[in-house]
Amino acid sequence: MTDILAILASAGLWAAVLRIATPLILGTLGELLCERAGVLNLGIEGIMTFGAMIGWLAVFNGADLWTGILVAALSGAAFGLVHALLTVTLGVSQHVSGLGITLFASSFAYYLFRLLVPVAGTPPKILPFQPLQIPVLSDLPFIGPALFTQTAPTYLSIALALLLGWVLFRTPLGLAIRMTGENPHAVEAQGISPVLVRYGAVTAGSALMAVGGAFLTLSAFDSFIPTMVQGRGWVCIALVVFASWRPGLALLGALLFAFFDAFQLRLQTALGGQVPYQLFLMLPYLLSIAALAVTARRARVPQALMQPYRRGER
Amino acid sequence: MSPVLELDAITKRFGDTLANDAVTLDLGRGDILALLGENGAGKTTLMNILFGHYAPDAGEVRVMGRALPPGRPMAAIRAGIGMVHQHFALAPNLTVLENVMTGTERLWRPVSDTSAGRRKLAALSDRFGLGADPDARLGDLSVGEQQRVEILKALYNDARILVLDEPTAVLTTPEAKRLFATLKDMAAQGLSLIFISHKLDEVMAAADRIAVLRGGRKVAERLRGQTTKAELAELMVGRAVARPVRQMSPAGSPVLTARGLGLRQGGVDRLKGVDFTLNAGEVLGIVGVAGNGQAPLARLLSGTERPTAGTLEAFGQSLGSLSVPDIVALGMGRIPEDRNHEGVIGEMPVWENAVLERLPLFSRRGLVDRRRAMAFARQVIEGFDVRGATPRTRTGLLSGGNVQKLILGRNLIRHPRILLAAQPARGLDEGAVAAVHRRLLEARAQGTAILLISEDLDEVMDLSDRIHAIVGGRLSPAVARDRVDRQRLGLMMAGEWENAGAV
Repeated sequence: MTDILAILASAGLWAAVLRIATPLILGTLGELLCERAGVLNLGIEGIMTFGAMIGWLAVFNGADLWTGILVAALSGAAFGLVHALLTVTLGVSQHVSGLGITLFASSFAYYLFRLLVPVAGTPPKILPFQPLQIPVLSDLPFIGPALFTQTAPTYLSIALALLLGWVLFRTPLGLAIRMTGENPHAVEAQGISPVLVRYGAVTAGSALMAVGGAFLTLSAFDSFIPTMVQGRGWVCIALVVFASWRPGLALLGALLFAFFDAFQLRLQTALGGQVPYQLFLMLPYLLSIAALAVTARRARVPQALMQPYRRGER
Repeated sequence: MSPVLELDAITKRFGDTLANDAVTLDLGRGDILALLGENGAGKTTLMNILFGHYAPDAGEVRVMGRALPPGRPMAAIRAGIGMVHQHFALAPNLTVLENVMTGTERLWRPVSDTSAGRRKLAALSDRFGLGADPDARLGDLSVGEQQRVEILKALYNDARILVLDEPTAVLTTPEAKRLFATLKDMAAQGLSLIFISHKLDEVMAAADRIAVLRGGRKVAERLRGQTTKAELAELMVGRAVARPVRQMSPAGSPVLTARGLGLRQGGVDRLKGVDFTLNAGEVLGIVGVAGNGQAPLARLLSGTERPTAGTLEAFGQSLGSLSVPDIVALGMGRIPEDRNHEGVIGEMPVWENAVLERLPLFSRRGLVDRRRAMAFARQVIEGFDVRGATPRTRTGLLSGGNVQKLILGRNLIRHPRILLAAQPARGLDEGAVAAVHRRLLEARAQGTAILLISEDLDEVMDLSDRIHAIVGGRLSPAVARDRVDRQRLGLMMAGEWENAGAV
């Protein structure tokens, strides 16, 4: 019990929560944007992997870190365009198209990595984002090291969650996006093209996912490992449901999941001798399933999610 | 006065079919024009052209004398045309205000001006008596209220010309009455209205002028005062259609009896103290406004629900303990109220839908006997004139009337002893209504006992031998058809049956 309290009282835990949450926040926001427009994007896992690889590769080849983020975003947007082309224009099953993109993007990322980076015993490294010193706040006792020792992309991801919340619920564009996910025919009847809205949302959402992946190689770690996304994309999909398709709750959900994850890492060290560590690895997922079961039943799914839109057809 | 709206020689072709053939219409300020025609006559195509959903192959649409660019919904909206779709273009998960405001502001505004939207919506609600709570979730509203939101949405876009596509198809009778009162009020305030319909009653009740479409062409235009329902029916169908006339015939012995039947769900009495007797060779009508217990009664009879009080016996056997297949095997045929959701599975071919209800009859050693099933499907299609169908046609492609003929056929070919017919002619056009009615009367003549549940007074009076009214889950005593008129039935449907003269 004292072990647990000691863990909770350490600033390191809370710093880790924010760090672990960042890729989840970005990925969840991206998925949420796609789904609000009515398109399920199961390409997320692959797009995150590809973003992690290409962002890192750009920096490895001499680009600066922000250019790396931008390159990742562009690659995500490109995959998003492919997914939109397949599901919106051609009306292909969104599951099949998304899974196809995940399989393709992960393998393609590994392939490019092998092709362009010399094989070495230890993976090559880059110099990642460094923690941002914020005057006054970073120097506060406990709160400083717990909350204000993050890198710039972490702060950016939180700002993006607030921004997306604003766009979706306060602007005419956001209303059009939500309406497209509920009833694309209604959008068309008001003179807006639901096809364009879906293309835009899927492209922008996929870019966010890729940036979430790039955070792993450009900030959380300093090298690329092909399996490093480790199901984070799937967690994001669950978080979207957990959040009832609301960006604010998505932020909260990502932080909650990250908290479980950071906590179990520390429990492993504290209780490592007595319990197999795999049990702790399982913990965040178990708790998320429990949280999902409680919240998701009340969730209001966008009515047109996964329904291809064809003009004049109902 | 120059017309507000003109459609000039509109022609539209889909492949080989001519959906609209040089149709010309005009509409003045404050006019209510009804566009009358059977399903497939080209009404909806014409309105989609008007609204810019389709571009016509020839002809043009003019608003206040200015031609609209073809195929541009936005241009139609800006010119003041508002469309009220039959399947509402609304989102149940969003609020009334959000539904109304979608697409009405510049898309890239950093913030939506909801207080201005709220004021405008309130002003419109007041002006036209279309009350709506802006913050209510749309899905929580009744269908009639949702339609009001759909109308408000058009008005919010500053529509001066409103097009309503089969506006009463989804409404109950009182809701429809209220809608027509609203429409007349709107016309009196200077709006121009077109409504699409295939129902003669409502066209005669609400329109100033009636244009009749048939096979894509405008075959006639009449002022309301200068025509009759009979003439319109003939113009619409292209030949004289007469609904079949019921011949007197003596009823047989009782086949189905309910005594003190009740159904209580969630603390509410859906049905209470229901008594009736259905005899072989008669049509027993149960008339009432939808939502008064018809659906629970139909579920009890088909065995998908069990009564919580009283007895329900067919041929002396209690239905309460039988499963759905048992009841079907007993000789019960069913025409469900919602044919597309409960009657057929649109994704499946006609032959599968034809045998689905009585699968054991078409199976051998646990496998479907396709040859026999196909033969049966062909028999239904030919015997009941299911147009546009082969056994392999996807059922969802058939029109409502043909789906209903398929359902009728698969039941009647097997000569059921009891037929439960719920709203059998709802939403069908005049020709199909006559066909369905003729089949029902033929079955009656062959000794089938028919329980007809309907909210259409004319239908009940045309077909029934005896009539009950259903109000709030209770059944009036039965009255003989010969001893009631519309007025008295109307009173019974309102719950006043003490003096109705039971037999």
